[in-house]
Amino acid sequence: MTISRRDFLKGVAGSGVVMAAAVPDVDAKMSKELPPKAVGILYDATLCIGCKSCMVNCKIHNSVPGGALHKEGMVSGVCDALLCRSPEGEEKATDPPYETGGIKGNEGIWDASQDLTGKTLSIIKVYRNGTGEQKDSPVNGHAFFKQQCLHCITPACASVCPAGAFKKDPVNGAVYYEAYRCIGCRYCQIACPFNVPRYEWDSAWPEVRKCQLCRHRFAEGKYSACAEFCPTGATIFGRVEDLRQEAKKRFSMKPGTEYEYPIKTLDSRETSLRKVSRYADRVYGLSEAGGTQNIMLSGVSFELLGFDRDIPHSALPDLTWAYVAKIPWVFAGVFLGGTTIHAITSRMAKHGKDKEEKHD
Amino acid sequence: MIDLTRYLGPKLGSVANRLLDDRHSEHLGIRMDTPFTRILVALILAAAAVAAYRLLLGMGASTNLNDYWPWGLWISFDVLGGVAMAAGGFIVAAMVYILNWKKYKCIVRASILNAFFGYLLAAMSICLDIGRSFVIWHPMVMWQVNSIMFIVAVHVVLYTSTLATESSPMVFEKLGWTGVLRWVNRCMVGIVLFGVLLSLLHQSSLGAVYLIAPSKLSPLWYSKFIPYMFLVSAIMMGLSMVSFETILTGKVFNHVPSLDVLQGLARGVLVIGSFYAAMKIGHLLTGPGVGALVSEGFLGIMWLLEMAIGVLLPLLLLAGKKNRSNPEVLFAANILVIVGVLMNRLNVGVFAVSEYANRAGSDYFPSLMELVLTTGMIAFAILGFKVCAKYLNLFPETDH
Ligand code: SF4
Ligand code: SF4
Ligand code: SF4
Repeated sequence: MTISRRDFLKGVAGSGVVMAAAVPDVDAKMSKELPPKAVGILYDATLCIGCKSCMVNCKIHNSVPGGALHKEGMVSGVCDALLCRSPEGEEKATDPPYETGGIKGNEGIWDASQDLTGKTLSIIKVYRNGTGEQKDSPVNGHAFFKQQCLHCITPACASVCPAGAFKKDPVNGAVYYEAYRCIGCRYCQIACPFNVPRYEWDSAWPEVRKCQLCRHRFAEGKYSACAEFCPTGATIFGRVEDLRQEAKKRFSMKPGTEYEYPIKTLDSRETSLRKVSRYADRVYGLSEAGGTQNIMLSGVSFELLGFDRDIPHSALPDLTWAYVAKIPWVFAGVFLGGTTIHAITSRMAKHGKDKEEKHD
Repeated sequence: MIDLTRYLGPKLGSVANRLLDDRHSEHLGIRMDTPFTRILVALILAAAAVAAYRLLLGMGASTNLNDYWPWGLWISFDVLGGVAMAAGGFIVAAMVYILNWKKYKCIVRASILNAFFGYLLAAMSICLDIGRSFVIWHPMVMWQVNSIMFIVAVHVVLYTSTLATESSPMVFEKLGWTGVLRWVNRCMVGIVLFGVLLSLLHQSSLGAVYLIAPSKLSPLWYSKFIPYMFLVSAIMMGLSMVSFETILTGKVFNHVPSLDVLQGLARGVLVIGSFYAAMKIGHLLTGPGVGALVSEGFLGIMWLLEMAIGVLLPLLLLAGKKNRSNPEVLFAANILVIVGVLMNRLNVGVFAVSEYANRAGSDYFPSLMELVLTTGMIAFAILGFKVCAKYLNLFPETDH
């Protein structure tokens, strides 16, 4: 019995070490490099006229199969989730999900989104101060700004999802969502420093919604709908490296000089000649949360526009990885330590008993 | 007692008969049909109705959660709190089976059962909290090792099964299945070790869940060391919970707990509690600074309350040797620790994001349904424990 017990304990300690070794480590860590063909959006608030053409077209072009707002039927959605398979087959485009915005008389006839929601992937909001006369001035001025997923280089949302429902495309870097995986835990909402993912609270089979950079349109040779339908060049699409160059160039240009702003895409032939405004603050998205693929410029500082001041300038998944990387060691340590302690204390207990027996 | 072989046939009937045989616990004097039990059953039924409503109509219809406040009462109280309350199970099991401190053997069954209910509570609540409850098993087949939530999910499943195995001898004993019983008992050390490992990881990973949100959590609670704070406070609470429950069962059932055991547990709370106090105060001084208690306004008060109730007061109470041999003082100190640590979990889970969420114009107070469900869960745990105390040999030492 003692021998078999010792063997058993050895087995326990051994299996602990084996399990520790089996935990995948190095390659599980998330990349902090820009993907090879990373694309993104540059939003220049000083060019934005608040027409919301980008929002309207975002909804329309994401309600088609593959789009971020498209939802398969409840029954097939549940089935796909239960069978762990991504939906296949031709499906019809759905109506763009309009929001009433709590406005009387609006029975879904027009879209009045007030915020990012489970039905709204991008939104133009307005900043206003004092008389509101001067565009892009923090005092007595007004400014437009855009909220949507920024497509982080090391996305926190993807790193925290227990079922891997959020993924980063290894080539173009778009962060997308596979509904059939999601369990609806909302950890992605906690994790995203920009509070982008939104939940379908009113649904019994909810999805998480956020901009996916119109990834479904890339195959057809198209690009993000908001950029394609922006008349002013405030939202333009392009390769991230080029967009960064462009943003830095604009940032350092002298206010009042003239510049040919490209429209729709960075390399577009269509341009509009405009006077350069004064840019405030910084190019947003170069280092926030470790860097993002969508970047922004603004005449009013981002803090005043309500962007969070405390977002770290490093990749967030590193914070949890420091903890996760210790787990294999805890495995090995507890099994080895525990068996040793048990062996020692058992022997001591037995010793004590033997002595007692002798004394009796 | 009714002879069930008449209704269920000789085979099933005799199994049921043996399970329902409560002669060994007669001296505890547990009666089932009391007003208290009826209230518990009513609360459980109400919670079941809420659960059905929530599954049919979704999260928005049943809770006050929103996009800026995605986690609320269920996560902070039922899940974080329930799991912390369950820490007693692994600690006592380790003391008895690994360290061979045999004097605690008389409470090991009750502590493990208590832990089992704590985890059951957490598991059921998380199952209802996630929006797609029927695919809660997805993390098991879709591994994502970067996610703390994945690690938490794996642990809940493994540890709940471990606790069930650790409790199973009580059932096998009654059924007289000596073969299985011997086999489980032989593996007990390994099983307990596995349970200790899972608990260490699980308790700390519940804190680690929040590591990813430095810009959302108030600096009063966000810390690189939050996983370890969760672990240490859970151990402190686990010891208190076991002691509390031992005294309580002593009060309501006719059985006298051993003072020696209670004193031992109190010394444990004192040591671990002092360590926890040092961690928390150290974090306050090196991180946000004492000034944050004032500048964070309401949150500062919550921090102070949590520390005063859950740590400083009980430590003061337990510091005196005379106090430690007075079960009434121990009882009070235990309650303080339990309330304090539960407050900590609520603070981290609900209040710590309030400043962030308020800035975005959002607010949260649990809806009636959220409250009813949580109450029902607690009632379920109490009733379950009572039933087990009646029908299983929970306190083996009172046998003779
Ligand atoms: S902005 Fe938020 S949702 Fe978008 S990729 Fe980054 S972490 Fe994910
Ligand atoms: S809600 Fe869905 S997508 Fe978000 S973390 Fe949970 S499982 Fe992943
Ligand atoms: S970004 Fe372009 S499309 Fe959108 S509101 Fe501004 S100007 Fe209009």
